Amino acid sequence: MKPRVGIPRALLYYNYFPLWEVFFKELGAEVVLSGLTNKKILDDGVNCCVDDACLPMKVFHGHIIELKDRVDYLFVPRLISVERNEYICPKFCGLPDMVLNSVKDLPTVIDCTINLRNSSSSLRRAVLDVGRLFTGDYRRIYTAYRKAVLCLESFEGLMEKGATPLEAMKGDYSKAGEYHYSIGLIGHPYNIYDNYMSMRIIDKLRDRGVNVITQDMICSNELDRIARDFSKPMFWSFGKSIMAASRYLIDKRHVKGIIYLVAFGCGLDALVGDLVERRIRKKGIPFCLLTIDEHTGEAGIDTRLEAFIDMLEWGGTAKCW
Amino acid sequence: MLVTFPHMGNAYIAMKSVLEDLGVEVLVPPPCTKRTLELGTKYSPELACLPLKLNIGNYIEAIERGAEVIVMAGGCGPCRFGYYAEVQREILQDLGYSFKMVVLERPQGNVRDFVKKIAIITGGKTVFRVLASIKRATRVAVLMDELERLCWQIRPREKSGGTVSRLMREFHSQALNTRGSVGLAALIGEYKDRISRVETKGNKEVLGIGIVGEIYTVIEPFVNVSIAEKLGDLGAEVDKSITVSYWVINHLIKEALHLHNKNELQEASYPYLRSFVGGHGQESVANTVLYKRRGYDGVIHLLPFTCMPEIVARSVLPEVSHRYGIPVMTLVLDEMTGEAGYMTRLEAFVDLIRRKKEMKGLYGERILSGD
Repeated sequence: MKPRVGIPRALLYYNYFPLWEVFFKELGAEVVLSGLTNKKILDDGVNCCVDDACLPMKVFHGHIIELKDRVDYLFVPRLISVERNEYICPKFCGLPDMVLNSVKDLPTVIDCTINLRNSSSSLRRAVLDVGRLFTGDYRRIYTAYRKAVLCLESFEGLMEKGATPLEAMKGDYSKAGEYHYSIGLIGHPYNIYDNYMSMRIIDKLRDRGVNVITQDMICSNELDRIARDFSKPMFWSFGKSIMAASRYLIDKRHVKGIIYLVAFGCGLDALVGDLVERRIRKKGIPFCLLTIDEHTGEAGIDTRLEAFIDMLEWGGTAKCW
Repeated sequence: MLVTFPHMGNAYIAMKSVLEDLGVEVLVPPPCTKRTLELGTKYSPELACLPLKLNIGNYIEAIERGAEVIVMAGGCGPCRFGYYAEVQREILQDLGYSFKMVVLERPQGNVRDFVKKIAIITGGKTVFRVLASIKRATRVAVLMDELERLCWQIRPREKSGGTVSRLMREFHSQALNTRGSVGLAALIGEYKDRISRVETKGNKEVLGIGIVGEIYTVIEPFVNVSIAEKLGDLGAEVDKSITVSYWVINHLIKEALHLHNKNELQEASYPYLRSFVGGHGQESVANTVLYKRRGYDGVIHLLPFTCMPEIVARSVLPEVSHRYGIPVMTLVLDEMTGEAGYMTRLEAFVDLIRRKKEMKGLYGERILSGD
């Protein structure tokens, strides 16, 4: 029987799943995903995770609980850094430890360390270490990894055409089409694209005829170029792309407004959000900060979204109101 | 040109020492008070951690008194502290204050930039003089921490309660009027002498409590509601895993020279937290283990609300506590912290570990309570 590798549908799933999926499949494993985030997953996560962790961390713990009895391996990589001189976030550095110490009766946890902060050698080692669990054939591991990287690249290409990660995984970017005007939606990918946490914010905006641009839909080279002008290099990868995206959206894409989706308890969002907001407000662009937590009511979010869109649409004809 | 810096417990003594030795006019911000905190919370991002907010309060109160240059430390992540200065500068600028902010951080390849920054503060003193005064200030920081440690030891044993705390208050008010490393070192020496002569109950058995956690909350008495003093009065000898001199020597000097040996810390935390998580998260876990090995009776873990590295530490500490059989209490501090609630929890914790120690004693030879 094929070994079953469980991947939680949370956190970096929205950035790297195509890579992980192809890699494990090529190695002869069966990839098992946890279900879509729902009330039960959230509640389980809240119950077992430390209270002051942020919402996405709690959701991640919920997904682990949902998966753990159906798989032979759980894939919880320790992603310290994915780019030179940058980190993801302290909680990602300790993610496997948090999971191992908070959830009982786990299957084998694959917790390879990826730290590209100073050198890229840890990636190679991580790929080999994980690969060796399934096969002794190094060539097969490398081929699997190369295929996986290609797959990730085409996935990222689709996102830059305007697809959300979920659409891009299906190879579909048809929804990124004709709309009246654009607004920017920034925030951590795992908050924006999780339809339960974000309460389908993207669909809701599109239903109102608004084109949504997230930071993943902007060419990453462009973002890197903007990030070079920061007064101090931003050492969080997500913080960097959020801040660069906000500047890009203001200067280049002429969006009508920007929404920043923040998870309660997120340390990065607290600081990055403040910097972004100050800059956007100085430029006179409408800005909406939506904070989500484990008891956010959907009606409240809907009201604020509607009010924000109304404000944008009436803005041009405001004189007669 | 009046130079100021944010408060962090007794760190102002070392800062005063280094800057005054270089002939810089120093304005020590008034000690953190309710007003400092109110100013800070009013103007800072809501979910930012407490130290950032108090820094803002310190800056505003110092600028109101005429400070023109703010000296602040920087960092390169993943803890939020590294980006503090950027956010704080924006906040103060938007409030319309005029000031200059100099951020000192480990030079990443660009040493010239670093030297230039120091020249802004010192007005072009030679590198040699700067290094010499840093060395003297480090010595002052070490002496200061020795004085504090002495207080932690004497306080639970003193005959008439409150003497040590009164002497320390006296010390701090005199330190503000003392200039330079020589004066400060002499003052510290004088008070060390006076405190060591405080009458004690010679052979009183005391509890040992280790304090671990995020550096600012461990060191700044305003934030931790003077935890060392309170525990001392409750009859516990405290030890803090992080002090100003430890931070200066290990994080600023040794780290820059790649001499910081973390083997012991890594070994102690390894089974529970196997990676660096920024800030002092890994140290918190390691020191809990080390306190147990050194025979302490309990550990208190302090963190500001939403502190990212310490949240990771917090999530593994219950396991450490369970495995090693050492009681650990976590206290999350924010602007809402009420002193009474805090005191109740400390008393309960002390009672609990005292009882635990007594129970052990019953089968041995000594019963602790009742003096």
